[in-house]
Amino acid sequence: MISPADLATLPFDDWVNAFVRGWLVPNFRPTFRAAQVPISTVLGWLDTFFRFVPMIVMTAAFAAAAWKTAGRGMAIFTLLGFAFIDMIGLWNDTMTTLAMIVTSVLFCAVMGIPAGILAARSDTVWRIMRPVLDIMQTIPSFVYLVPIVMLFGVGMAPGIIATIVFALPPVVRLTNLGIRNVRGDLIEAAEAFGSTGWQMLWDLQLPLALRTIMAGLNQTLMLALSMVVIAALIGAGGLGLVVNTGLGRLDVGGATAGGVGIVILAIVLDRITQGLAERTNVGKLSLGQALANLFRLRGSSAAAETKKAG
Amino acid sequence: MQTKLSVSHLFKIFGGNISATLQLLREGKSKQEILAATGATVGVQDASFQVEEGEIFVVMGLSGSGKSTLVRMLNGLITPSAGQILIDGEDVAQADKAALRRIRRQKISMIFQHFALFPHWTVADNVAYGLKVRGVPPAQRRARALEVLEQVGLAPWADSLPSDLSGGMQQRVGLARGLAAEPDILLMDEPFGALDPLIRREMQMELLNLQKTLKKTIVFITHDLNEALLLGGRIAIMKDGRIVQTGTAQEIVTAPADDYVAAFVADIDRGRVFTADDVCSAPVTIPLQGTSVRDALRIMEQGGAHALYVMEGERVAGVVTYRDLAASELEGGAAPTTLQQAMITEFPTASAGTSLHDLYGPAGAGLPIAVTDDRDRLLAVVQPGDVLAHLSGDAAPADAAAPAPITEETDDQPR
Ligand SMILES: Nc1ncnc2c1ncn2[C@@H]1O[C@H](COP(=O)(O)OP(=O)(O)OP(=O)(O)O)[C@@H](O)[C@H]1O
Ligand SMILES: [Mg+2]
Repeated sequence: MISPADLATLPFDDWVNAFVRGWLVPNFRPTFRAAQVPISTVLGWLDTFFRFVPMIVMTAAFAAAAWKTAGRGMAIFTLLGFAFIDMIGLWNDTMTTLAMIVTSVLFCAVMGIPAGILAARSDTVWRIMRPVLDIMQTIPSFVYLVPIVMLFGVGMAPGIIATIVFALPPVVRLTNLGIRNVRGDLIEAAEAFGSTGWQMLWDLQLPLALRTIMAGLNQTLMLALSMVVIAALIGAGGLGLVVNTGLGRLDVGGATAGGVGIVILAIVLDRITQGLAERTNVGKLSLGQALANLFRLRGSSAAAETKKAG
Repeated sequence: MQTKLSVSHLFKIFGGNISATLQLLREGKSKQEILAATGATVGVQDASFQVEEGEIFVVMGLSGSGKSTLVRMLNGLITPSAGQILIDGEDVAQADKAALRRIRRQKISMIFQHFALFPHWTVADNVAYGLKVRGVPPAQRRARALEVLEQVGLAPWADSLPSDLSGGMQQRVGLARGLAAEPDILLMDEPFGALDPLIRREMQMELLNLQKTLKKTIVFITHDLNEALLLGGRIAIMKDGRIVQTGTAQEIVTAPADDYVAAFVADIDRGRVFTADDVCSAPVTIPLQGTSVRDALRIMEQGGAHALYVMEGERVAGVVTYRDLAASELEGGAAPTTLQQAMITEFPTASAGTSLHDLYGPAGAGLPIAVTDDRDRLLAVVQPGDVLAHLSGDAAPADAAAPAPITEETDDQPR
């Protein structure tokens, strides 16, 4: 049998090596190192904050948020779940993971929403962006772990960067979709009254796309959680590290404990953000209010506690 | 009156090569031929018209005839392929983005068929949108929004969401939003098309009512002919992107430019187009004093009339019918009746501008209708038979009216 390999063999791996090791790393390593500063900074703050807040207060805040957005059952689950995590001795690891997740989602939002807006405004931008997003979603994450380590080193920040690469696409896609789905006659009306592009974006497109964007953020959050273990391979700590350590030592108990912690965190975060997205009733909320809600639940604990459902 | 909006030789070609398509149009190719040959859709071709200040200019045509395209070019939502649109001497077709924004903010508002209200904002915020875009401070724009809502009767709903309102009310909000920015020109693209007939009627009346005080220049799109007749001073009829005829309702109905227009106006509500003026004839009258019953009968027999108006000086005293007079002549041999006794004093009246629609009821009484001026002087009479004949469209228009020669000419034109 004749095959193309008989005619010629391509040293593809050598090419990639030459490109990454020979050109990208020597020339751009400092640039990439510098680029991770904002991520490390935000992560540092959040991690300190989450560990600083007492376990009881944190749990109460999450339970209140769960009550408000997803009902009483979820609130009880949150209380029990977080108590369980604390009792199996994983509270600090869970908070580290939470800080990482929040940081990743924050950066995904900061980059993804504007990217989605750009994509929605120009067909050309979307045509270019779409295959890039497809690649980001389909390429196995282990493949880009190596170049990320080469460029950024190991540690928390590189782990978050890997997470961002993996979790970014949904928020971009759904922002684009949400904005493109805003009714054409509303856009036309805004235009007919002489609004500028920014006015239209702020008054009309973002508020009406908000629900879809929130759904995108929810998906991004879930993808970020699913990267926790993989990111731990390149030095990110938290629950992922617990699982990896258990794996390395064939310690079934340890690995399971870490896994259960991740699952509890995932369920709580998923239900809260999903409830939030559903409650983002287009008819009732302004963009400002919805964002305020979002940050109230994410950030401070006291506000969420005092604010009752309704 | 002053021309507010002047459109000349306006074209819009969708897709394809514009200059090549314009060339084909100049060679007289039809919209269908051009679509088949080049794939370009002719939206509007060679439209020219002028709208006076304070006028309601109605554009009509079947679906796809280019009405929406035409009206969207007037505020630059669609960029014309060729031609000129002058508003107060400024050419919208040549305006850059900033100029277009300024024109839209200050001079032109648009009202949409499906309302296009922002679902996440309250009624008052919706109404104030044009002002918000312009940068008017919140308190001021709310005050103005409430003022306009008051005008359209929706002040109590200022803080409701559009979705809480019925269709008719939503379109009032749309109207209020259009008016709040105090534009000179209102563009209305089938604004009442999505409303059910009763509400539509109400909204038409409301618009006419508002227009009495506001005196905006309005370009109104519709495919409801009766709506056009009710609102429009002048009507432009479009077909395949061309304006085939422009004129008043009467002009179009009496002399349709071609078969398309004729078919269009075939099922028109003629009762709304024509007025008493179009069907009246010169009155034959007799004075109350000094006319005997016998004289009256003779005059009627000679003129072939079956009723006569009786005058008391300048004033109409009543009407006598042949039947009544003949009957009283037969029985009252001994004591001859006078006109006074046989006269009917409850006679129907109308003014020259009364529509045939409103004459229909009085005509049912069988008496000729007296057309009087505002000082109650008799100008003409309308025979009941003429009203019915004209409504059904088989009478020659204005067959017995005063300017007889003109009538005959219009009559000879091809239908
Ligand atoms: N964006 C567009 N691209 C291509 N063709 C278009 C576009 N908009 C309109 N057309 C075409 O232009 C012609 C006129 O359309 P237009 O919407 O102006 O008609 P209309 O008279 O408003 O019809 P309707 O009564 O259905 O609203 C139609 O043949 C339509 O298919
Ligand atoms: Mg239309």
